[in-house]
Amino acid sequence: MKEQQKIINIQVSQLKEKVKEFKNQGYRLVQISCTRLENFELSYSFDKNYEFVYLRFSVAKAEDPIPSVSGIYWCAFLYENELHDLFGLNIKDIVIDYKGQFYTTAIKNPFGQEFKQEDK
Amino acid sequence: MTKRTIIPFGPQHPVLPEPIHLDLVVEDELVVEAIPRIGFIHRGLEKLIEKRDFVDFVYVAERICGICSFIHGMTYCVGVEAVMGIEVPRRAQYLRTIWSELSRIHSHLLWLGLTADAFGFENLFMNSWRIREIVLDIIEETTGGRVIFGSAKIGGVRVDIAPEQIAAIVKKLNKLEKEIKDISNVFLKDPSVKHRLVGVGVLSKDDAYALGAVGPVLRASGVALDTRQLGYAAFDEIKVTPITDPRGDSYARCVVRIQEIFQSIDIIRQAKEKIRVGPIEVKVEGTPNGEYFARTEQPRGEVIYYIKGDGTKFLKRMRVRTPTFANVPALLKVLAGCQLADVPVLVLTIDPCISCTER
Repeated sequence: MKEQQKIINIQVSQLKEKVKEFKNQGYRLVQISCTRLENFELSYSFDKNYEFVYLRFSVAKAEDPIPSVSGIYWCAFLYENELHDLFGLNIKDIVIDYKGQFYTTAIKNPFGQEFKQEDK
Repeated sequence: MTKRTIIPFGPQHPVLPEPIHLDLVVEDELVVEAIPRIGFIHRGLEKLIEKRDFVDFVYVAERICGICSFIHGMTYCVGVEAVMGIEVPRRAQYLRTIWSELSRIHSHLLWLGLTADAFGFENLFMNSWRIREIVLDIIEETTGGRVIFGSAKIGGVRVDIAPEQIAAIVKKLNKLEKEIKDISNVFLKDPSVKHRLVGVGVLSKDDAYALGAVGPVLRASGVALDTRQLGYAAFDEIKVTPITDPRGDSYARCVVRIQEIFQSIDIIRQAKEKIRVGPIEVKVEGTPNGEYFARTEQPRGEVIYYIKGDGTKFLKRMRVRTPTFANVPALLKVLAGCQLADVPVLVLTIDPCISCTER
């Protein structure tokens, strides 16, 4: 049975406002993830009574600032530190900022680089 | 103001089978704050998807965890099947359900044993794990593996369970149920156990929900949320009511897990009655092109597999949000204000699986 899932495309500038709306409507934060394409595609997933919705936006470069939502959903600080350490994303004002010390990785921001075809 | 001291807890600690680190800020014996650190053994398996054929990756997904390995493999399959529009045969869905619930039973028994060990009740620990061995034997008889089953595949399952074998499993579980009742009486009624669990690490309903907790941790705070309600595998035909407890303490988390063992046995009984004869797999043709968040209920709670394909045999992204990762904020909440001596038990009450978290 395939679950119905709703995507809402937004701009990074709308992120905090949209996340606040979900919080006020009683949604729980399910996860935050990033996909390395030519840019960085981010998904913020929410659930309420088994209704799954996610916000989607992209940033062109890892250095582009993304506002933290950990002031709205405190638990987001884990996901945001993960995104910083694995993808090198520049997330601003995380409530607990490990400044790159959350994950111990052999190479810096390992998920931030694209595999070249010859690596496969 | 009392002097504050920071005590490092882990990554190596007698109650931790896997490495997680907590900086415990204490005032005398009272913990006022806990700051976690993970990532000591992060394996980067999500990145590996870009170099492994999506069909073969089921083997890697199963190895993300050594306890709920089957559900990891199955959830990966559910995600890929949703993207590719594959209809899995009903018999395979029921077999997936049976192995999922056997996984839950042995995982909860493992947790009961570890918790008994944490508060020094060695006999109870050994009895819990002795019973768990019987479940592992059933898994071995049906799949050939005790930890890594290797039975999930995209489009169905690799092996069937004969009808007489399913009947024999239910018979064994009926016998096992009596033994689990015996040990659960000790867990739930023994004064020395209750002394360590009742009223310890209370997580309110609102906090559990706001902090994104999942699984037994969430349900033991009174929130009736169980991903099996979504109807994946055969849960669209099998009745599952989320087991909750309003108390929110360590004892409630123990109660919920014990009741879930009995619930899983009942689910397998229902599956035995409802399973149909038929194929166990369909042929997979093509490559995944699209995206989907697959959600299933692991013993520790909701697990998420995000699958994104671009029409090639290598997925663009596979992301796993494990239940332990989601339960870390709830753990930090209950640790603040607890006694230092309760920290090991509280860490265990979220049933941490660092292997999953360090996928």
